[in-house]
Amino acid sequence: MEKNIKKYFPAFVLPTFISFTVVFLIPFFMGIYLSFTEFTTVESATWIGFENYIRAFTKDENFLNALWFTIKFTVVSVITINIFAFSLALLLTKALKGTTFFRTVFFMPNLIGGIVLGYIWNLLINAILGVFGFDITYDADYGFWGLVFLLNWQLIGYMMVIYIAGLQNVPRDLKEAAKIDGASSFSILRNITIPMVMPSVTICLFLTLTNSFKLFDQNLALTGGAPARETSMLALDIYNTFYGRIGWQGVGQAKAVVFFLIVAIIAFVQLKITGRKEVES
Amino acid sequence: MNERKRLSNTFSFSFLLLLSVVFLFPLYLVVINSFKSKFNIISEPFDFPNENTFVGLENYINGINSSGIVGAFIRTAIITIGSVLAIVVFTSMTAWYITRVKSKVNKIIYYLFLFSMIVPFQMVMFTMTDVCYRLGLNSVLGIIPVYLGFGSGLSVFMFSGFVKSLPREIEEAAMIDGCSPIKTFFYVVFPILKPTAITVAILNAMWIWNDFLLPYLLLGSADKTLSVAIQLTMQGAYGAIDWGGFMSMLVLAIIPIVIFYLLCQKYIIKGVIDGAVKG
Repeated sequence: MEKNIKKYFPAFVLPTFISFTVVFLIPFFMGIYLSFTEFTTVESATWIGFENYIRAFTKDENFLNALWFTIKFTVVSVITINIFAFSLALLLTKALKGTTFFRTVFFMPNLIGGIVLGYIWNLLINAILGVFGFDITYDADYGFWGLVFLLNWQLIGYMMVIYIAGLQNVPRDLKEAAKIDGASSFSILRNITIPMVMPSVTICLFLTLTNSFKLFDQNLALTGGAPARETSMLALDIYNTFYGRIGWQGVGQAKAVVFFLIVAIIAFVQLKITGRKEVES
Repeated sequence: MNERKRLSNTFSFSFLLLLSVVFLFPLYLVVINSFKSKFNIISEPFDFPNENTFVGLENYINGINSSGIVGAFIRTAIITIGSVLAIVVFTSMTAWYITRVKSKVNKIIYYLFLFSMIVPFQMVMFTMTDVCYRLGLNSVLGIIPVYLGFGSGLSVFMFSGFVKSLPREIEEAAMIDGCSPIKTFFYVVFPILKPTAITVAILNAMWIWNDFLLPYLLLGSADKTLSVAIQLTMQGAYGAIDWGGFMSMLVLAIIPIVIFYLLCQKYIIKGVIDGAVKG
């Protein structure tokens, strides 16, 4: 039976795999190669070793600034989004009136694209700051908190539905038994609910982490990096290095490789943690 | 229900209601401003349109005429529908094949797909653009195989996960009865894959409809999509922006998403949960 299917490889696999090779595999390896060269087009590449990596870290203050800004932003966003999303999920699993309506409202912003979201918040934040006579580009702190608010607005509903799904899997009799035994609602939450929803917590932490770390569209639309690139996150900084500075394409590619390595490490750690959890349970 | 519990529920309900207002406020602000004269949007952003500032559909007419948003809308729809169909059909076929036929090559292919999921777009942005221009993939239809390539990681992964849980007996019976593998796949396997197919379709549709950087790099302003049209309106304006027209563009970009969401909410939320849990 397997033999029977086997000769159909071209029909079943090739359309997907050729597209995948052309737009991902080849560009990926070309990208690694080009990060060690100086180039303006792919043909003009000359090998320069680690020079681009050294330039990215020593001659380009934007990159380290973007890295630091991205880390700060990611830490604040991951914590705030998950706390709010989990609290809302707890409230919405209490069988109140209007649960479906609230879930609909909180989840909706997640479907709107990053560019549109960025401009919606650009309008709102500038309208508020306009009362005091300045706008979001006045200081990097406004851009920072603007992005935090925006991403909270976008992702709280998304994480909330994942937490709700996790909470609904907690067996009711377990909680009732604890209650009869005289456990307080706080200790039920701490000792039963939270350990039982740990898989959802891991998923949500990972999703918010990668979404915050790789943020691009919202960053471009909300601040565009202003003032003076101070609010550029890594993805936007790489984009600007590629397309905004002539002769810096090699540095842009080297930054992209560093960016990829950081994301890969995050994913690897995540995989290890979930892998271990699955073995335990 | 005792008094304390009722009080706490009333409090929770009021809090959620207030929070809903906060969540909807940014959208409300864009909608009211889309009906105001462009000179009053920046000066009085929070005011509801009144007889002096209300301009009816003027902003919508200006926005539609000056930005080419109708063309952008049609292109985005063609790209999204075409790419989602391609992704669902081809990646489900690939996933079934590489799960059913055990070989070293198929295992490597599977892990390559998995690997692509963790690589950020910026890593391949420049080189991918170069390759696609050489191959002439920089057109509305040409971008469809590009989306197939970028969407294949998550989609193959999700379909494979489901295929692994399926018994082989039905497929084997169909093939013993003389069905070719292609027929077996489309008549027997694919109908069973339908729930996963819906999830894959929804996740990809949300991504492609809203995507900005890929169509910006490959299609630019000549064949702009909705996100690209919005970004170009702002980026090319240098301060001389028609805020009224711009607000109308934002509203027009949001409306189809909200309608789609309200119609298919059940599937979308299920799709997002499945995608997150498996991805």
